[in-house]
Amino acid sequence: MAIPSCATRGERLWAWCFRGICALIFLFLVGPLLVIIPLSFNAEPYFTFTPGMLNLQPDAFSLRWYHEFFTSEAWLSAIKNSLIIGVCSTVLATVLGTFAALGLSSRHMPFKGVFMAVLISPMIVPLIISAAAMFFFFSKMQLSQTFAGVILAHTVLGIPFVVITVTATLSGFDNTLTRAANSLGASPTRAFFKVVLPLVAPGVISGALFAFITSFDEVVVVLFIAGPEQRTIPIQMWSGIREQISPTILAVATLLVAVSVLLLATLELIRRRNERLRGMTPAE
Amino acid sequence: MTLPSDTPEGLTTADGRPLKASLEHAVRRHRLRALMLVLPLVAFLIVAFILPIGSMLWRSIDNPEVSQGLPLTSRAIADWDGQELPGEPVYAALYKDLETGYADRSIGRVASRLNYQYSGMRSTLMGSARKLGRLEGPPWKAAMISLDRDWGEHDLWRMIQREARPWTLSYYLSAIDMQYAPNGDIVEKPGYLQLHVKLFVRTLWMSMLITALCLVLAYPVAYLLATLPAGKGNLLMILVLLPFWTSLLVRTTTWIAILQQQGVLNDILVSLHVIGNDERLQMIYNKTGTIVAMTHILLPFMILPLYSVMKTIPVGYMRAARSLGAGPVTAFRRVYFPQTVAGIGAGSILVFILSIGYYITPALVGGESGRFITNLIAYHMQTSLNWGLAAAIASILLFVVIICYLVYNRLIGVDKVKLG
Repeated sequence: MAIPSCATRGERLWAWCFRGICALIFLFLVGPLLVIIPLSFNAEPYFTFTPGMLNLQPDAFSLRWYHEFFTSEAWLSAIKNSLIIGVCSTVLATVLGTFAALGLSSRHMPFKGVFMAVLISPMIVPLIISAAAMFFFFSKMQLSQTFAGVILAHTVLGIPFVVITVTATLSGFDNTLTRAANSLGASPTRAFFKVVLPLVAPGVISGALFAFITSFDEVVVVLFIAGPEQRTIPIQMWSGIREQISPTILAVATLLVAVSVLLLATLELIRRRNERLRGMTPAE
Repeated sequence: MTLPSDTPEGLTTADGRPLKASLEHAVRRHRLRALMLVLPLVAFLIVAFILPIGSMLWRSIDNPEVSQGLPLTSRAIADWDGQELPGEPVYAALYKDLETGYADRSIGRVASRLNYQYSGMRSTLMGSARKLGRLEGPPWKAAMISLDRDWGEHDLWRMIQREARPWTLSYYLSAIDMQYAPNGDIVEKPGYLQLHVKLFVRTLWMSMLITALCLVLAYPVAYLLATLPAGKGNLLMILVLLPFWTSLLVRTTTWIAILQQQGVLNDILVSLHVIGNDERLQMIYNKTGTIVAMTHILLPFMILPLYSVMKTIPVGYMRAARSLGAGPVTAFRRVYFPQTVAGIGAGSILVFILSIGYYITPALVGGESGRFITNLIAYHMQTSLNWGLAAAIASILLFVVIICYLVYNRLIGVDKVKLG
């Protein structure tokens, strides 16, 4: 959007106005996330800036809420539960989803559209409906209020992300590479691990990251099918927001923003590596 | 030795099999292999997702209480023509059912189920069951009516006949604020009980408003991102992706911190003397809160599809239009805008689908006036425990979402869904 040198004054004015509008929209997008970071260092139990904070007095800031977070039994067990559920469901979703994506990307796959629609459906159906359905069904199967139930539910929710990202990576995959490996004497298993997997790994990893963050951030399903034993970080936040709103939540929020920055950076690195690898494979 | 003829049927592979058959065999093997790779996941999804959804749909029409609790009566009443009071066999069946039901205490469930539909039914059933011992013998019809005069009511039998079927539409009727009148007609519920339709309508129009707001905010940003040089564009893209990746609850929390009465925005307004300290604005726990927070949360879902469409529009088109004499507005309206319609469609449907099914944000910041239909599903599941009604509302919502999804699929195709 560079302004051409021949632009009239009116056009120049408009171009600057346009940039101003865009800046405001970006502020709307990111501003709220930036506001909570200083607020989480508040020394007082308020959700807003104290006069001391505005005057940058050092004693108006403290790590009090972080301390509270890391010493609280409830929050620590929530972290543990979130990690257990997140890791287990991510592994399940990634393994099942990767194999399915390999099948779906085959030229010979029959009814591709139908299968794809079924595999994507957990992403389309509103969470509250999935939660209601699983709540009814899992309580019949004695699965509600168990870790197994929550992990199964989160696996379901993570699967579409794995399928989509891995299929996208495979769409540029050159099948002659497998054939070459086979003709050079590699067994199908060996060819898969030595040739296919390294090439689709970026897709698999970003799919897994998506699945993990989905589980890590999921409230609705856990709210319905988990018991007190399976309280996760989002549930802890949810009840914190509803019951006693304390700046500990802002501290958690700030930490979670840091987690998402890390995830974003990882994904970006994977994307770059993927593009570099793509450049090396022969064009079709 | 004969040479193979040069027709395709005549060609053979090295081991002497006809080429065509061999090829078919190979294709079949590949197809089977592809299927075997997909099947575990499909089986998993059927068990853990499709079956639960199916059983929820079934629950919204399932009506086992009466046909199981009063089995003989249900069978006897099925072919009653509804003109006169039912005949002796029905009353005899009722006597038997009440006797067994009272003995194994299953009558209470039937009684409360029927009481939903016909008030007073609970005491009629329970009372009669208790007093059965006083009856001396057939004819049961007169005997039952002597126990409780309600057994001689025509409407009551109509209701029992309707509820004796193993499925019912009453949950769906309830979900759209209708009910069965005593005589079996479908009528509107009294005004003070009408709640669902209002919430459905509110959910739809607020979702449209949020979609429109997202579109207005996303269009300029997507345009800027698509036309900037790659380096700067990627940098700004991070500003879009960061909120996209941030926890939903975090984003909702930030809006509470900003918009609440003792929050950041009100503080700023007060310190700028725009409003007095005693007239702080109520911006959260109402419609405004829901709309602002949800627009913020869903905005990236609009920006990303718009961006991917705008990225493919060559810059030269606009320049060509301008050099051919079109003003900036005309060039935009007649050349650029029409090419972005696909992106607008994709983004809008996506945001709309996500919005009508949203639960967390309306529940946390919506207050009373910003509640969505999803909050009502949760209410019926957790508080009123009317699971049939919850299932019926959820099924209606699912139907709306599937329609939108089909339109989306038609326009863009599921396999074109992109992430990040």
